[in-house]
Amino acid sequence: MSEHRLPERDRPWMMRTYAGHSTAKASNELYRRNLEKGQTGLSVAFDLPTQTGYDADDELARGEVGKVGVPIAHRGDMATLMDGIPLGEMNTSMTINATAAWLLALYIVAAENQGVDQSRLQGTTQNDIIKEFLARGTYAFPPAPSMRLIADMIAYTVEHVPRWNPINICSYHLQEAGATPVQEIAFAMSNAIAVLDAARERLQSSPSPRAEELMGQVFGRISFFVNAGVRFVEEHAKLRAMGILWEELGRERYGVSDARHLRFRYGVQVNSLGLTEAQPENNVQRIVLEALAVTIGRDARARAIQLPAWNEALGLPRPWDQQWSLRIQQILAYETDILDYPDIFEGSKVMDGLVAELLEGARAEMAVVAEHGGAVQAVPYMKAALVDSHRERIARIEAGEQTVVGQNRFTETEPSPLTADAEGGILVVDPAVEAEQIEALRRWRSQRDQAAVDAALADLARAAADPEQNLMEPTIAAARAGATTGEWAATLREVFGSYRAPTGVGEAAAAPPSGEGAAARELAELRERVAELSERLGRRPKILVGKPGLDGHSNGAEQIAVRARDAGMDVVYEGIRLTPSQIAASALQEGVHVIGLSILSGSHRELIPAVMQALRDAGVQAPVVVGGIIPEQDVQPLKDAGVAAVYTPKDFEITRIVRDIVELVGERAALAASA
Amino acid sequence: MGEGAELGRRLAARDLTAAPAALNLLESTAPGDRAQAAALLGEVSPANLAGEAPGHVIGVTGPPGAGKSTLLSALLRGWRERGATVALLAVDPSSRRSGGSLLGDRARIEFDPGDRGVFIRSTAAGERLGGIAWGTRAAAQALAAAFDVVVIETVGVGQAETEVGEVADTVVVVVQPGSGDVLQFLKSGIMEIPDLLVVTKADLGQVALSARRDLGAAARSLGTRSTRVLAVSSLSPPSGIEELLDALAERWLTLRADDGAELAARRLRARRAGALLDFAVEYGERGLRALGGRHAAERWLASLDPALDEAALTAALEERMSGDGPNGS
Repeated sequence: MSEHRLPERDRPWMMRTYAGHSTAKASNELYRRNLEKGQTGLSVAFDLPTQTGYDADDELARGEVGKVGVPIAHRGDMATLMDGIPLGEMNTSMTINATAAWLLALYIVAAENQGVDQSRLQGTTQNDIIKEFLARGTYAFPPAPSMRLIADMIAYTVEHVPRWNPINICSYHLQEAGATPVQEIAFAMSNAIAVLDAARERLQSSPSPRAEELMGQVFGRISFFVNAGVRFVEEHAKLRAMGILWEELGRERYGVSDARHLRFRYGVQVNSLGLTEAQPENNVQRIVLEALAVTIGRDARARAIQLPAWNEALGLPRPWDQQWSLRIQQILAYETDILDYPDIFEGSKVMDGLVAELLEGARAEMAVVAEHGGAVQAVPYMKAALVDSHRERIARIEAGEQTVVGQNRFTETEPSPLTADAEGGILVVDPAVEAEQIEALRRWRSQRDQAAVDAALADLARAAADPEQNLMEPTIAAARAGATTGEWAATLREVFGSYRAPTGVGEAAAAPPSGEGAAARELAELRERVAELSERLGRRPKILVGKPGLDGHSNGAEQIAVRARDAGMDVVYEGIRLTPSQIAASALQEGVHVIGLSILSGSHRELIPAVMQALRDAGVQAPVVVGGIIPEQDVQPLKDAGVAAVYTPKDFEITRIVRDIVELVGERAALAASA
Repeated sequence: MGEGAELGRRLAARDLTAAPAALNLLESTAPGDRAQAAALLGEVSPANLAGEAPGHVIGVTGPPGAGKSTLLSALLRGWRERGATVALLAVDPSSRRSGGSLLGDRARIEFDPGDRGVFIRSTAAGERLGGIAWGTRAAAQALAAAFDVVVIETVGVGQAETEVGEVADTVVVVVQPGSGDVLQFLKSGIMEIPDLLVVTKADLGQVALSARRDLGAAARSLGTRSTRVLAVSSLSPPSGIEELLDALAERWLTLRADDGAELAARRLRARRAGALLDFAVEYGERGLRALGGRHAAERWLASLDPALDEAALTAALEERMSGDGPNGS
């Protein structure tokens, strides 16, 4: 038998598509179609209200219902979502974090109603709250109770839902927020340590004689959700390095010896950050190469893959766009020969060298996080480090040091037939969905046994107040009784308090006041303009930067804030999850000259006009600029609503955007002076 | 009537909606605006109000990470529950290298955007070292005419509480357990003794208790007044917040006892010191020499009408320097 061929071809990884939108019914139809096309697992995308623990009729949910995922408010919605899908056999991944315990409870109850016992359920709840504080923003509770919820879920599932992965440690979102490979590895591993330490404490607090054995099982159930960028050789090395560190951690820190438990298991969604709005068809090549990074070497191959669609920088993908990405996976698995061989990098000097380099860097960075007192304590440090890395990445692209084909090089293009249709080649969620969901929710509330719901929520509140109790049981009881997502989260918010994560921008290092190259010259020139404008205005131009709605992807807003500061502006950074009235109150009280808003969730059609109205009501005259994933056909309607300028992912030159903003302030000041 | 005077009149009539425009004016360094700002301050001067402005000006300072924003969120809620209107001036120390600043504090303070009784304004620290920026001092004086409580939040330890003490009626220093530097600064005299010391994160238990005890001992051994040391926790369930609110209310009563003699004296000192500071920044050593030196200037200021506002005092110093003042010679 030859050593360079496997005796038997490997089985392919699990293939999923991150999907869900509008309603539970529409998403259920989509899932069934996807499974017919050869998808082998489900990956549920929830809308932002569900992810952050609000019902559709909450003020904060406005414009967000059914947008980036499916709204699931109660066990009835979950039953509809999974209708006709045999939960005993399906493997379901749920991108859910702050409210993970609740959605798992709904899933368990939906399975019960299908006659499937929870012990047979397979799947994953993402449940990684630290990266929500760092990068994704859909947290609901303060760090300590959030970690407790995770530990409770781990302790519960290891006993009762043993084939469930209670948590996916996510390095994916760290890369999206700008992490270098070293940071991605180190922060993810540090995060895993925080989770495992909390789980160990939870297990030891209950007098089970099996505590030690359970710890091995817990370790074995922790999986990762990683990212892969287009530098796919280094990215593959990154995954090998993570495997080595993981095994080391298991043996040394947690005393795990069973080889099965020590295996580094991961799922992947490849890089969305590098996908461009300009010449979007090129994203297909990027996605293929990134998928190769996680499949090519057998020793560090993904267990499950979901690929983004070519048009993610434009808006929400349609079923056809997602099918194209599924076909990429199927071609890799069934047409190419990558599954025929043992690990093809074994003995490779380049691969070993890259792995050693990454390991060294990651260990050093993990030590820094440990010095801060571990991942939970180090959130402000890690956040600031990510903002800095992302700023450097953008600066390299702006300066042309890092090539992005179609964006900063080879930009001449023929018109794309892919975006020629009326909607611009994306999915547009029917705005009527929100009203329908609110109506359905009210019907649900009026038809359920209110006394049973009240009693279940009172039990939940009591359990939450007692740190010794596991919250999973009362959560499942509340799910059975018919409570809603918003009610579950509100009950816990009442006990745990609410929380706003650090923004990282205050700590971000200042740009050097002078430097070489065109970018530094451009910034220096802009500072001059700001200084002149300051004299004309009598004070520094002041900008309010923030994100309306529930979308927590704050990278863009943070980068604008930091650059505006570097240009000499006074920047009031408001962070995420703002209501229109909050924005108006802040703009008025702060006396800002201009307002910059960022939205990536597709809710701009509803939210921006609402913000404009709130500003008018408050008597704020400062102009508004909007950035985010704004489809071309939405730009004019936003301008008609009074927005002064709109920026999309193709506007990657941040200094130029800030210069536009400074000029806008100057023009308005001149107008006011002449009036 | 000019814009400044109009805004000042509205503040004096406790019209809270005048606050944003008033602050825009007071922060401005444009020559025309400075005249308007002086007019505004004239309207809220003790002379015009027939007494000191009714708002309690409280300086809250402490090292980064001590939990000031969380504490302030809780205090805001508490004051609103007690029916007091509150203005918060958050002074951000962020880098001035580019001249720009990132004012992130607002994002950390919880407030109800629909509540007209709360006003929060972030400002960058002054471009010069030492002292609270003119705009912030002026803002505190003006807002105290309209709001029941005016908080100036600054960051730092050592110099910060002295700076905020130049303008605040009450200075609160916030420390977290285990931060030994505050204790050291107190003992070595680098730090002036504040009116109230607040130890946050009381939920940490023993560490917080001993921090509170050590600070109390240090304050007693050094102080001539009785500085109170309180422990608070803003973790759910919060504790110590009501006690802190009570202590601040008590302090305010004390300041206003005897027809507000202590308050008047403190504010008068602050206005005179502020005017001289502002004058010195504007005209430097040469300006001070023209007044016969710093001490002579101080003595002369002390001879002026105590009901004059800070801008009027600065203007008087300028006139005296040019030799055409009321007592010019």
